[in-house]
Amino acid sequence: MTDVFDTQTHERAEAIIARYPQARSALLPMLHLVQSVQGFVSQAGIAFCAQKLDLSTAEVSAVATFYTMYKRKPCGEHLVSVCTNTLCAALGGDAIYTRLKEHLGSDTPDGKPLGHEETVGTPGESGSVTLEHAECLAACDLGPVLQVNYEYYDNLTEDKAVELVDALRAGDKPAPTRGAPLRDFKTAELELAGFFPEDEETYRSTVDAPTAAEETVRGARMAADNGWTAPAMPAKVAMPEVQKK
Amino acid sequence: MTEPRKPAPVTPVLTKTWLSPRSWTLDTYTKLEGYTALPKALKASPEQLVQLVKDSGLRGRGGAGFPAGVKWSFMPPNEDKPHYLVINADEGEPGTCKDIPLMMADPHSLIEGCVIASYAMRAHHCFIYVRGEALHCIRRLNAAVREAYQAGYLGKNILDSGFDLDIVVHPGAGAYICGEETALLDSLEGRRGQPRLKPPFPAAAGLYAAPTTVNNVETIASVPFIVNGGSDWFREMGTEKSPGPKIYSISGHVEKPGQYEAPLGTTLRDLLELAGGMKDGIPLKFWTPGGSSTPMFTAEHLDVPLDFEGAAEAGSMLGTTAVQVFNETVSVPWAVMKWTQFYKHESCGKCTPCREGTYWLTQILERMVAGNGTEADIDTLLDVCDNVLGRSFCALGDGAVSPITSGIQYFRDEFLALCDKQKAAPALAGAQA
Repeated sequence: MTDVFDTQTHERAEAIIARYPQARSALLPMLHLVQSVQGFVSQAGIAFCAQKLDLSTAEVSAVATFYTMYKRKPCGEHLVSVCTNTLCAALGGDAIYTRLKEHLGSDTPDGKPLGHEETVGTPGESGSVTLEHAECLAACDLGPVLQVNYEYYDNLTEDKAVELVDALRAGDKPAPTRGAPLRDFKTAELELAGFFPEDEETYRSTVDAPTAAEETVRGARMAADNGWTAPAMPAKVAMPEVQKK
Repeated sequence: MTEPRKPAPVTPVLTKTWLSPRSWTLDTYTKLEGYTALPKALKASPEQLVQLVKDSGLRGRGGAGFPAGVKWSFMPPNEDKPHYLVINADEGEPGTCKDIPLMMADPHSLIEGCVIASYAMRAHHCFIYVRGEALHCIRRLNAAVREAYQAGYLGKNILDSGFDLDIVVHPGAGAYICGEETALLDSLEGRRGQPRLKPPFPAAAGLYAAPTTVNNVETIASVPFIVNGGSDWFREMGTEKSPGPKIYSISGHVEKPGQYEAPLGTTLRDLLELAGGMKDGIPLKFWTPGGSSTPMFTAEHLDVPLDFEGAAEAGSMLGTTAVQVFNETVSVPWAVMKWTQFYKHESCGKCTPCREGTYWLTQILERMVAGNGTEADIDTLLDVCDNVLGRSFCALGDGAVSPITSGIQYFRDEFLALCDKQKAAPALAGAQA
């Protein structure tokens, strides 16, 4: 059987292992790495990690099945995660998720609403989209939110969400509200494994992509506008005296 | 005697630089006095730094509020084994959204704090465990770590002090339980994220069974400011037992949701004023002071001081100061059901009360919200909660019952109203003896 993982992936796995005092700590980023190659954690991916870390495949499977970000079926080009936790749901997140299930489902052969972690289109092909509901995505002040490949799309409405997935289906990549220019699920997984664009200009363009949501800086801006500040720091601060041990 | 000066309603310390262009870069951070605390800290002794943080009264910002300096002092003074500092950046408590904007806007204050804290605890290896879904934070942190190495703030012999430190940014993979510090350590060791029995506490046997301290992002990012300003300065904000500024994250039905860094002890009444009041003027119904695991409050609690003591005295917890505001249009049993579904999904399965309890609580609540509940279901809910609270392996179980018990405490009528349909159903012939 030929190895589905190329030399570069083997080298990357070794580089991840080298980051840690103990090799097994590399397992979570390595599972992200295998997802970046195949778009999910396959049996081959599990065997790959097990072999690199001298673990049994059962031990690796136990870990892979525990975490929701490791997908057991091939993901589409894009993963759309809609927050349906209480606050986002109350603000419209549940309605957005229901609408996307129906809207994307109408594009499948059976036309039924898409289920959790189901895909419209063919994984590996442009415009394929996997839909899931997600737990709180820690952007509550910007709700309702969703993520595409873990980049944030904030303050959504049903219509805006439909427009977004239509663009994804058509092969477009609308920019997130906060996050790097959209690429695909596999690239996001590669970055989670700790591998970023090597070309400096591309790299900085991902790091420096705009993120200053008004909500994030609201308190700071209000303080600046009103001349409110924290108390001034003293000019000189002495360290406390302690007894020498 | 003069009255102590009252701090401004918003006191930006951590959030102050967020308005600056490219605030996440080393360039901007150093222009705004970044990395000025580090040389001072490295000239002091580790014991002095621990004492400084103790004196400041800084309490953990991850929810539990344990005094940070005391936690640091649990680390052994010798270096028989390697010491580790682990940053809990696994923000996932529903409603909580402070660490992710912090790491996006200002990763260097966290990194500077990591170097100071590691030096104080004699750690030469620091891990920042970031929630996997926070990809852009991971990207910015990696870039900041890279810049810090190049500038000599990380690596060997930092600023000629002889102190060495390496930082690794570690991605999580989607598990709320990994915010529990011992589950986080198991996860960081490449295992399923399940909590460990304590004791031993992490300071005795943490990562790789070596002395470890786990601290929240906001806690550690506060440290450079405490080194620069001193403990007395820090205590000018907040209350005696809960000093300092705190990032309050206001979300939900308010006009201007967002991050407001205010002195600890600020009330919801004050926060609502900052946030422009209730959205469209629809009255407040219920709110959480610090995430879904903190028992809910109502309009009766507008003047509760939101510090660790004030929230506890009023029957809740300060948690992560994730203030989720819900107006009159939201059903309490529905909200409680949604939160319970969350805990059921995130229960790690290790202990029976939490695994089975959250499963059955979800079933009952779903049945009630669907209109198929009975009055007896309320008692069953409370009975199951009683068997989860304090009987689970970790705090997830305790958090899971908070929305249910507080929801029934304040809004029992709403739960009862859901049972009306069953009550109205005609009795079957012969069923009544």
